[in-house]
Amino acid sequence: MKWILLYWHKLRSPSNAAVGAVLGLGFVGGIMFWGAFNTGMEATNSEAFCSGCHAPIVREIKETIHYSNRSGVRAICSDCHVPHAWTDKIVRKVQASKELIAFAMGTISTDEKFYARRKHLAVREWQRMEENDSQECRNCHNFEYMDFSEQGQRSVRQHSTALASGEKTCIDCHKGVAHELPDMSNVPGWH
Amino acid sequence: MMKKKLILALIGVSLFMLSLANADGVGENIASSNGGVASLRGMSELNVTRAADQMKRVQRDRSPIDRDYVYQPPLIPHQTRHYELSLNANKCLSCHSWKYAGEMGATKISVTHFQSREGQVLSDVSPRRYFCLQCHVVQADAKPLVENNFKRVEALR
Repeated sequence: MKWILLYWHKLRSPSNAAVGAVLGLGFVGGIMFWGAFNTGMEATNSEAFCSGCHAPIVREIKETIHYSNRSGVRAICSDCHVPHAWTDKIVRKVQASKELIAFAMGTISTDEKFYARRKHLAVREWQRMEENDSQECRNCHNFEYMDFSEQGQRSVRQHSTALASGEKTCIDCHKGVAHELPDMSNVPGWH
Repeated sequence: MMKKKLILALIGVSLFMLSLANADGVGENIASSNGGVASLRGMSELNVTRAADQMKRVQRDRSPIDRDYVYQPPLIPHQTRHYELSLNANKCLSCHSWKYAGEMGATKISVTHFQSREGQVLSDVSPRRYFCLQCHVVQADAKPLVENNFKRVEALR
């Protein structure tokens, strides 16, 4: 009878070595998972990945100031279209899983399909940036550090009033700064 | 037999001369010469692509520019880089249309832009006036290509 109790006790009490092994495996596994997860997520932020579907944009962005300019500072797709803060980024990436279905169905697989759908895609992105107060613009273009004496009169006029008061946000006026525009009829601020 | 050899030799010599004459002709090919006349593209040979001029720096932002003659389309006193003007969008009208000009502090497009070719007044900008840059142009500090003694009429001076 006694040996049964002993055996039971042994089963119930965890061995120190096992605890260490489990913790160690968890720690190493965690690092590996995190590394792989982040690498994978970074890969979906690369220009090569984006242009796989949004091919026509690769052509048109080359003329814009966010691709080519005097000082060589550049923004790539994800700088503007993926939030930088971690939680927001995860939320956006989860939403983007829907875009994988669009990829499978070939929703924008040809130039014609892409241009036909362009307004829908653009309106969604403008909406997103209006809601987060153009956060992705502001990651680089910080209002606090704008020098109005260096800006043109027209820029000062808008930035010192509507932008300063928060009545407007960047995207309200700066649509298509890195893109060609879709049909702009019925878009506020456009003829 | 002698005669045949002579004829062959003559043909050979004349062919040789002909080829020499042709070679001379290539050297004086009219299409590869500027004829010694300087044009707006300089003295470069017609078959040579000369180096492009430097790009002009467009004036950035200034007050409206006075007109030099009565029906002159007003000049653009600011940069227009990457302002889209296409079938899809017209960035100029985001400030210069009647709808937005007041709010934006911009010059309104003139009433002539609402007229059709027959002079009929339309409810919106006439398609023939839609492409602003056909008449209105940005400004740069550029040397005149040819000498010019143009003077404004009295009323505009």
